[in-house]
Amino acid sequence: MDLKTKALTKSIWVFHFASASCNNCDIEILDALTPKFDLERFGILLIGSIRHADAMLVTGAVSHKGAVRLKRLYEQAPKPCLVVAVGCCACSMSIFRDSYNMAGPVDRLIPVHAYIPGCPPKPEAIIMGVVKLIKALKKG
Amino acid sequence: MAKTLFYFIVFPGFLFTALVGLLVSWIDRKVTARVQWRVGPPILQPLYDFVKLLGKETIVPQAGSRLTFLLSPLLGLAAVTIVSTILWLAMASPEVTFLGDLIVVIYLLTIPSISVIIGGFASGNPLASLGASREMKMILAYELPFILAIFTPVIKAHGVIRLGELLRYQWGNGIFLSSWSGFIAFVVAIICMQAKLALVPFDIPEAETEIIAGPYIEYSGAPLAVYKLTRWMMLFVVPIFLVIMFMGGIVFSGWHILWGILKYVLLLVLIILIRNTNPRLRIDQAIKFFWGPMTILAVMGIILAFLGI
Repeated sequence: MDLKTKALTKSIWVFHFASASCNNCDIEILDALTPKFDLERFGILLIGSIRHADAMLVTGAVSHKGAVRLKRLYEQAPKPCLVVAVGCCACSMSIFRDSYNMAGPVDRLIPVHAYIPGCPPKPEAIIMGVVKLIKALKKG
Repeated sequence: MAKTLFYFIVFPGFLFTALVGLLVSWIDRKVTARVQWRVGPPILQPLYDFVKLLGKETIVPQAGSRLTFLLSPLLGLAAVTIVSTILWLAMASPEVTFLGDLIVVIYLLTIPSISVIIGGFASGNPLASLGASREMKMILAYELPFILAIFTPVIKAHGVIRLGELLRYQWGNGIFLSSWSGFIAFVVAIICMQAKLALVPFDIPEAETEIIAGPYIEYSGAPLAVYKLTRWMMLFVVPIFLVIMFMGGIVFSGWHILWGILKYVLLLVLIILIRNTNPRLRIDQAIKFFWGPMTILAVMGIILAFLGI
């Protein structure tokens, strides 16, 4: 593992993209950043600008309007940028599968590196997903 | 020549200031975490952040001005390095300082803010321009009371504008902080320092919840790393400047070094506590605060200093 990857795994700045989400996943993501779980221990910070991001958390089934923004944001992110689909909607559309206004699950639009299922996933599950992602990065 | 280069690049210039800056920003984050009842990041966290940013892709926005956008971070970094070199050399050997280095230091301490303004305007992003214009207003607001507060020690030392002589005056006649005028000026200077470092009551230029990251919004990769490093170095250099002006600096002999470092750490923890216990002001409130109460306090300090209190 080279220095660049090591530094990346130790300091992941997260950009939070909520596309037509019901807000449950968003609340659980914010829970994972609160003092109880304290993700700053692992160098994970929530940041506001996509240009600073190392990881993009996408929640919700992506609507046709959201899809344009999602693709554009992914292009604007400096690479390497990891994409994590949080919640059932982002992973597989769940109950919105046949809706007329949905552009599809996240992995049909941009490459996804980790899936965290659950409706909504617990903060523990989100942390576990991030840990698995970091382990996969370390393996290369 | 080699000696000068060594001063600028290794000690007490760039390398030393950068390393201490990394450590200081870790102290900042750790104390903040403890105040919020968290564990906080490990000690190497700022280094990881810095190395990671260096390894990322650098994107130059299409609407921006390429050369200005990429060069402005270096402007601030160079200014902080020079200030650090001047300050530490003044403490290490007070005899060799040049006349008027106090004025040079005050000017150079403004340059990092100006580099942020230039970078923000060169980004071609509306939020960055907004942040840069707020930064400009902040400079106009805090520079007046800051310079007035710095006048007080100068008047008390009978018009000396050489850092080395200011230090020797304090070593001979007691520190300026122990007098009433010095104390008032010190309070004003601490609050202006908070604005200079863009920490919470006055982090209006990069207000996270309103304009996301302000002037830094379009920066990614290495230029962002340089900006972050500049801010961490400022967190080290500006309190050291106040320690020199009001608290007698750091004396390089035996136990006095530890006492000097303690002075700096106390000032740093004070900054962090102010930052963690205050909400953010609006830009108009900040300007009123600095041009009203702070300027009046600073002028009172000057009058008291003329009276010799």
